[in-house]
Amino acid sequence: MSTTTTSDSRSREKAPAGERVADWADGRLGIYSLAKANMRKIFPDHWSFMLGEVCLYSFIVIILTGVYLTLFFHPSMNEVEYHGSYVPLQGQLMSEAFNSTMHISFDVRGGLLIRQIHHWAALIFLAGMFVHMMRVFFTGAFRKPREVNWVFGFLLFVLGMFTGFTGYSLPDDLLSGTGVRFMEGAILSVPIVGTYLSFFLFGGEFPGGDFVARFYSVHVLLLPGIMLGLVVGHLILVFYHKHTQFAGPGKTNNNVVGMPLLPVYMAKAGGFFFLVFGVIAAIAAIAQINPIWGIGPYRPDQVSTGAQPDWYMGFSEGLIRVMPGWEINFWGHTLVLGVFIPLIIFPLVLVAIAVYPFIESWVTGDKREHHILDRPRNVPTRTAFGAAWISWYFVLLVGGGNDLWATHFHLSINSITWFVRIAFFVVPVLVFLATKRICLGLQRRDRDKVLHGRESGIIKRLPHGEFIEVHEPLSQDALHTLTAHEQYKPAEIGPTVDENGVERKVNGPERLRAKLSKGFYGEDNQIPKPTVEEYKEITSGHGHH
Amino acid sequence: MKKLSARRRHPLAAVVVLLLALAATGGLYAAFAPADKAQADETAQSLAIDEGKKLYAVGCASCHGTGGQGTSDGPSLVGVGAAAVDFQVGTGRMPAQQPGAQIPKKKVIYSQAEIDQLAAYIASLGAGPAIPTKNQVSPEGADIAAGGELFRTNCAQCHNFTGKGGALTHGKYAPSLEGVDPKHIYEAMQTGPQNMPSFPDTTLSTKNKQDIIAYLDAVNGDDTESPGGLELGGLGPVSEGLFGWVFGLGALIAVAVWVAARTAKAKKS
Repeated sequence: MSTTTTSDSRSREKAPAGERVADWADGRLGIYSLAKANMRKIFPDHWSFMLGEVCLYSFIVIILTGVYLTLFFHPSMNEVEYHGSYVPLQGQLMSEAFNSTMHISFDVRGGLLIRQIHHWAALIFLAGMFVHMMRVFFTGAFRKPREVNWVFGFLLFVLGMFTGFTGYSLPDDLLSGTGVRFMEGAILSVPIVGTYLSFFLFGGEFPGGDFVARFYSVHVLLLPGIMLGLVVGHLILVFYHKHTQFAGPGKTNNNVVGMPLLPVYMAKAGGFFFLVFGVIAAIAAIAQINPIWGIGPYRPDQVSTGAQPDWYMGFSEGLIRVMPGWEINFWGHTLVLGVFIPLIIFPLVLVAIAVYPFIESWVTGDKREHHILDRPRNVPTRTAFGAAWISWYFVLLVGGGNDLWATHFHLSINSITWFVRIAFFVVPVLVFLATKRICLGLQRRDRDKVLHGRESGIIKRLPHGEFIEVHEPLSQDALHTLTAHEQYKPAEIGPTVDENGVERKVNGPERLRAKLSKGFYGEDNQIPKPTVEEYKEITSGHGHH
Repeated sequence: MKKLSARRRHPLAAVVVLLLALAATGGLYAAFAPADKAQADETAQSLAIDEGKKLYAVGCASCHGTGGQGTSDGPSLVGVGAAAVDFQVGTGRMPAQQPGAQIPKKKVIYSQAEIDQLAAYIASLGAGPAIPTKNQVSPEGADIAAGGELFRTNCAQCHNFTGKGGALTHGKYAPSLEGVDPKHIYEAMQTGPQNMPSFPDTTLSTKNKQDIIAYLDAVNGDDTESPGGLELGGLGPVSEGLFGWVFGLGALIAVAVWVAARTAKAKKS
């Protein structure tokens, strides 16, 4: 009896296995509508749009390798004697954290490779985020509706810095211990509460017996947890906003031109993940990173030259290295400005770039959505600001590595320090001015190209003896790309007298905004793009002019 | 004779005559000059001092003074000892080529025998540390791990964790210890050349120095293995960061450019 019913139903309504599974899942997870909405989602293709993917994939690589490392790492500062296989440390006293890291490096199968992948991936993750952030910055991708995502990304970068810092401090080696001591010094320099904060963080006097375990929780649980949430939010917003695209024929503010998520983009992205993993693994197999066996276990009475943090913390090292050692003593208290001022500037360096989008939107007063990216040259002030910020950051990195610059270029470390002190104030200004000039020059060139065409390199002699160079008109596509950007008019202070003749007060911010707007979009701060009339007038001539 | 007189106005005649004359006088001098051994009834030591004094007068006296008393261009050498001479001349630092923030090591221009003679002369000016014996500088049987601890405590501040060198103020520097003869490492510790503090036996015993030499041999010697791959100079996070940016992110961007090379275009209407 049962056989008949089953065969009956199979012949009538039983769907293939795949469909049944899909149906089962859809009934419980609502996958169908989700997939329908997103499977054909279009992503535009440009190599610079894949920088974010580099970050995402290196983040995944970090998590995977990090899980492996937690299986063998002992986050404890109990003192033990080393009896592992690395001879030059045998019999030395060290913390269990250092001992277990040595064990991972020399006695766990694949341990050293995984450690190196983890560390290299972290450096590349941060470098990727930096470049990704600059891509978003210079193309104006942070404009409405993506301001929140800009902030998410910025937070990911800052949290990444601190996850990295807590991570490389875990082995409790002499290099990272010096870094933790540096941090303790910075905390101590905070007036009034510094000592309390330090005691709170380290559970007493530095180094105490707690900080590795505490950093461990922060490194493997707290910060990555927050970052994971932010990454998910970041990606959801990318989906929700849809990806931006460069101007081009057929690309408008209301469409996205590219490949669908499934199957093309998924295959590309999946393949790219393995390429990223592969490149990082190859780097880790080729080049050594953080050789703690050569560095030795941390002891507060020891220190080595060349003690720098990983690159993303390098600018803070630069701040402290070039800061004059000022201090003020009064009524038995010391205000260590030589450390406290760098501690204040440290977040300001980061915040400077983070708040720019909001300043720009305030200056333009633009409340529209933007899905077409800017070419950096078409927004000279923004581009100049970004370049100036990068130069500022780089100057601080030079300061952080002043000893290596000195030894490798046979310079005096004191001269480098003085150079950085002056460059800290001067270089960003020079870079700002130079970049703005370059952008305006490029805008002029674009204007010429649109109006007069491309230089063909062909010299023509006219019947009356004159030589002219033949210019080829640009294709319609190229003309579109070069003129697609919009140009703002500088904001004016509105009428100060209303229709009834009542005078209105112009407040400070309004005046500042008008002034800034003039600096952004006023005369000499952008080259007017060719108008249709200009183009027609020139091209209606007889091929030359 | 006719042949000879025919050629006496040849352009090379003068050169030939000069060569013959030189050979003759040189040969005669060699034949008649007083043989050192036979003539001098002094000990080998004082002989070395005499020879050293001559070498000193030629190569060193212009800066260090005719009697090693020092001038405004070079410090006094009284009491620096043979070890200091062996280090400074044996690593090519002395004679110095030019004044500067620091005298760099360069090609050694004296033979070991001449260096020994110079050292003997300087040692005769006043008591100082002697050149260590082979046994004293041998890393055989030394405690490498203890040497590492001593190195990190006393040396790493300037020479880096594994002796890769580092910067000092105003263009001075602590040189890399890679490939430095153990004898010279010992002498440097003993005498404290240039900007280096000295670590006499009362501070670091011979055993301690041997441990340090053994440690350096283990972590920065010719046979040192780099378990993690390329060392990147052993300079720490700065070189690692540079490598990560250039080769890590550089390679990934190249891959990204490659992956994104083929893309969709909007249909032409």
